[in-house]
Amino acid sequence: MAAAITEENVQKTVFEALPQFGVDESAIAREATFEDLDVDSLDLAELSQIIEDEYGVALKGDDVGKIKTVGDAIDLVVSRGA
Amino acid sequence: MSSRPENAVALVTGASKGIGAAIARALAADGWAVAVNYRSGEAAAAALVERIAADGGRAAAIRGDVTNGAVSLLAQASEALGGGPVLGLVNNAGVTRDGLALQLSDDDWDTVIATNLSPAFRLTRDALKTMVRARYGRVVNIASVVGPRANVGQSNYAAAKAGLIGLTKTLAAEVARRGVTINAVAPGFIATDMTAELAIDEIVKAIPARRQGTPEEVAAAVRFLASDDAGYVTGTTLYVDGGMSA
Repeated sequence: MAAAITEENVQKTVFEALPQFGVDESAIAREATFEDLDVDSLDLAELSQIIEDEYGVALKGDDVGKIKTVGDAIDLVVSRGA
Repeated sequence: MSSRPENAVALVTGASKGIGAAIARALAADGWAVAVNYRSGEAAAAALVERIAADGGRAAAIRGDVTNGAVSLLAQASEALGGGPVLGLVNNAGVTRDGLALQLSDDDWDTVIATNLSPAFRLTRDALKTMVRARYGRVVNIASVVGPRANVGQSNYAAAKAGLIGLTKTLAAEVARRGVTINAVAPGFIATDMTAELAIDEIVKAIPARRQGTPEEVAAAVRFLASDDAGYVTGTTLYVDGGMSA
């Protein structure tokens, strides 16, 4: 069963996923840009997969192209779940 | 070098006979749990599964047309083999609809592309979702010497096979750093039903090895590319053609 789509849950999922892509945990923050965190398109594709598996929310190519910061990703998932 | 997880499943499409069947046997002998996909060769697929089991391997027959629903084949493969992740994929299913381009119908073109090329993309895309997360995957696309090389009367087949080689390279580059390798094997003239009607004596004169290859020789190449030993081989095409492309 998909987890509840709350900002708190989604932020936890995203923050826990990013180190799997080699991101330094101390650099993770809502304001951080994916570019600064050295998170590329493959990482974002995998993050989308993690989010889909956890919350049932599908993020497509167009969506991923628009998100620049960690906060953007969290907000997008939360808005899709609303 | 990462190792294949113990419960890993390999799906081989079009595996009830010929090269596909030989690949299924070779992968099973190497420890993969093998999903033998077939479209209509139910009896042959069942016999193959029995033979693999008799040889000490694990296999299950999965009925399905690769032109319909890639995801369900992957799900069926996993379910039939104990729920293990599908971390091996051999895109082997293929058909021919030969004729000079001037006389090929739209259906002749569409059928060959829809069976030989498009499913390879869809199945690989969907399998990558698991492979990328697992940090392990082996995809082998069965291409052909026909594609990079002209073969009169097979413009559709050549386009599909050349397309498979291009697809292999780009997909390989996209996911290489996740421990997933994607390669192609390009058989030359191999003794199977697909080549049984051809003028073999004339053809072999143009082959440096002066003979057709066997399905087992193609399968050996696939077995290597699907193994842990081939972890640094990706985006390449291995020709098994008796020297035709040399």
